[in-house]
Amino acid sequence: MSNPQEQYIAAYREEATELLAELENSLLELEEQPEDSDLINRVFRAMHTIKGSSAMFGFDDIARFTHEVETVFDHARNGKIKVCKRLLDLTLQSRDQISDMLACSADGTAFDEEKGRDIIIGLQQLLPQQDEVSFMAEAKPVVSTADAPVCYSTFRIRFKPDAEILLRGQNPLALLNELRELGHCDIVAQLEQIPLLHELTPEHCYVYWDIVITTTSSLQAVKDVFIFVEDDCDLKIDLIYDTCTLTLDNDSQKELGDILVERGDLSPVEMHRIISMQKKLGELLVEQGIVPASKVESALKEQQQIRQVRKEKATTTAGTADTSLSIRVPAERLDYLVNLVGELVTVQAHLSQTAENRNDSDLITIAEEVERLISELRDTTLNMRMLPIGSTFSKFKRLVRDLSAELGKEIDLETSGADTELDKTVIEKLNDPLVHLIRNSIDHGIEMPQERLAAGKTAKGIVHLGAEHSGDSVLVTIRDNGAGLDKERIRNKATERGLITHTSELTDKEIYNLIFAPGFSTASKVTGVSGRGVGMDVVKKAIEALRGSIDVDSTPGKGSVITLKIPLTLAIIETLLVRVDSSYFVLPLSKVEECVELSRADIEAAHGRHLAHVRGSLTPYISLREQFGITTNKPEIEQIVILSANGSKIGFVVDSVVGEHQTVIKSLGKLYKDVRGISGATILGDGTVALILDPDLLIHQAELSESTLG
Amino acid sequence: MAKLIMTVDDSASIRQMVSFTLKQGGYDVLEAVDGKDALTKLANKKVDMLITDLNMPNLDGIGLIKSVRASGLNKFIPIVMLTTESQESRKQEGKAAGATGWIVKPFNPEQLLAVVKKVLG
Repeated sequence: MSNPQEQYIAAYREEATELLAELENSLLELEEQPEDSDLINRVFRAMHTIKGSSAMFGFDDIARFTHEVETVFDHARNGKIKVCKRLLDLTLQSRDQISDMLACSADGTAFDEEKGRDIIIGLQQLLPQQDEVSFMAEAKPVVSTADAPVCYSTFRIRFKPDAEILLRGQNPLALLNELRELGHCDIVAQLEQIPLLHELTPEHCYVYWDIVITTTSSLQAVKDVFIFVEDDCDLKIDLIYDTCTLTLDNDSQKELGDILVERGDLSPVEMHRIISMQKKLGELLVEQGIVPASKVESALKEQQQIRQVRKEKATTTAGTADTSLSIRVPAERLDYLVNLVGELVTVQAHLSQTAENRNDSDLITIAEEVERLISELRDTTLNMRMLPIGSTFSKFKRLVRDLSAELGKEIDLETSGADTELDKTVIEKLNDPLVHLIRNSIDHGIEMPQERLAAGKTAKGIVHLGAEHSGDSVLVTIRDNGAGLDKERIRNKATERGLITHTSELTDKEIYNLIFAPGFSTASKVTGVSGRGVGMDVVKKAIEALRGSIDVDSTPGKGSVITLKIPLTLAIIETLLVRVDSSYFVLPLSKVEECVELSRADIEAAHGRHLAHVRGSLTPYISLREQFGITTNKPEIEQIVILSANGSKIGFVVDSVVGEHQTVIKSLGKLYKDVRGISGATILGDGTVALILDPDLLIHQAELSESTLG
Repeated sequence: MAKLIMTVDDSASIRQMVSFTLKQGGYDVLEAVDGKDALTKLANKKVDMLITDLNMPNLDGIGLIKSVRASGLNKFIPIVMLTTESQESRKQEGKAAGATGWIVKPFNPEQLLAVVKKVLG
């Protein structure tokens, strides 16, 4: 009894044997009381049930044979033929035949077909006139699978259910929803037949619907939606537009005004003046009370949908011509162009500075003009490298499908903001971290279907991948509705790994962010999907290499969300230029919170500790002088540039803040790749090199030296 | 909460098959062997849907549909009858009694679930 099919068949055999015994008894009783209609019914029912279940479980021969016998007996039931000895004899023989057929099917031998045919012929001779006994028709599926034509058809449907439709257990709304599954639907409910409250029977349906649907399904498929209600409603389905049969040229109907203008009988200006005087037809009709507003609305919906379909068709037809408007360019040429623009930005900075120094108003005007053009050129060039992130998203559909199947989980991937644009290189580098994060959500986040059901959630989990613009960066979020992060387990693990101590006081968020620490993995088991413990810190590094940041938040039982903040481009960034003695540094402007002064008195007040009072709170700072070993020309008053990093604020002490700067990022070359805290360099207007600081790494280093010290 | 569907059939094998298919589809199932048994079980039990055979002893499908439609508790539920192609007149009778839809025997599990989804929404 391994599979259900075998179980059914066993049950079927058992049942058929019982029914045959019942059939025999009834027939014998019937012989004694041939007029007893109850007995006739019992015989009929027994045969009917045998027929039904035989057909159900694939015993087509038995079903066909029983059907013939049943048909003859149906006449007896309706009183068309009398129950006579011949009928009973033949029926008893039929019973034996069915029993034989059943036995033969069990051991696989052939039964005596000849005998069965004789019985049927004998039975049919009993019928008043030779009724054409139909063989059992092939099963007609109730929901027919429509042959799907590739064209879009638009149907206008008026579905006016009978008032009593609810009493038959019909749900008109379910039908409307079923229609919506077929294609784009505009549904307008017509309410004018709803009576006044005291005349209203709550069990009746007074509403009817006008629907315009555009679908790839055939008329038959649309009709099939209404298969159970077609007798209980006024249903009108008209094909009003079809992209396959109608071409664009012959369906553009001209308005009267256009024709008059074309013939030269009316000037276009006049026509527009007259038209603007006139009210819209719909408004007029409603105003005059000729057509109710809801009817007009439904007609307008139809008009709109047809327009939409035509427009889409026009664009797809024009699509072939459109391709000539975009050119494919090798990526390296674009990269070269971006480099040139970068150089140009640098030269322009030089030009502006020179013009400023000479105090030549003509030159300044030219420099400003060049500056404006170059910033436009820069934006256009960078835009060329932008690609929608959706191309990456679609790849993950498959990943989610395969992984969830492997783990026995049910998971849907939802995406939003697929058209958000990001620099091509950024998108490429984002791929691996995203794979890792989605794997994690599937493996650790979403629970098994049983657990989900037990927690009162749907069996199917959802992983949501979203992208949106936020200032000069893009936020990519991976959200799941799984179990959420386990705070205690993370804490214990982090303590075990020596990442924190028992006494560390951490906020929930700080605990969650521990999962990005190197060598951290809470999965007690290494699965094929994740849990090797290399996961999250690798992701974090990859994101930081993109000048991005990563953040995690979680609600127990509700799920977790991981947010990646990615800069739009890698080539040119907005920065804040600062100076220490004669060296220049730039800090990413997106992270800068504010700049405040730091006097020598403030430093003394802090007793040598690197803490400053800023608006009543203590802010730790890093002195770039100390960091880079610059000892000369220390000014009386220094500046602190306060940055937000990893949710906390930290200051960088510099000599002076020069101002905002368009930074064209140059890499430092292989020789300097191990230098920590500096992510690149840029060339200033006068040719000086400024180093681009990596605040996160600098902070990390400072924390490390702090903890080793004390 | 999974929806509760009652299946009424005097044939144990069909009842078993319907019941198994529905459970596979994520529904809860209540079984009854004939119309009378069904009515007794429905007297103070709200179900979401009824699937019934037409030819049954004690109380047949038509009688069952009429009684359920006349009851208070399960008055508006969808009722689907199992018929054979040869029973066109019975089908009309069933519709007149208040059946929501029908499934033609023999049917396969997918067809059954498609109809259930259709009428349950």
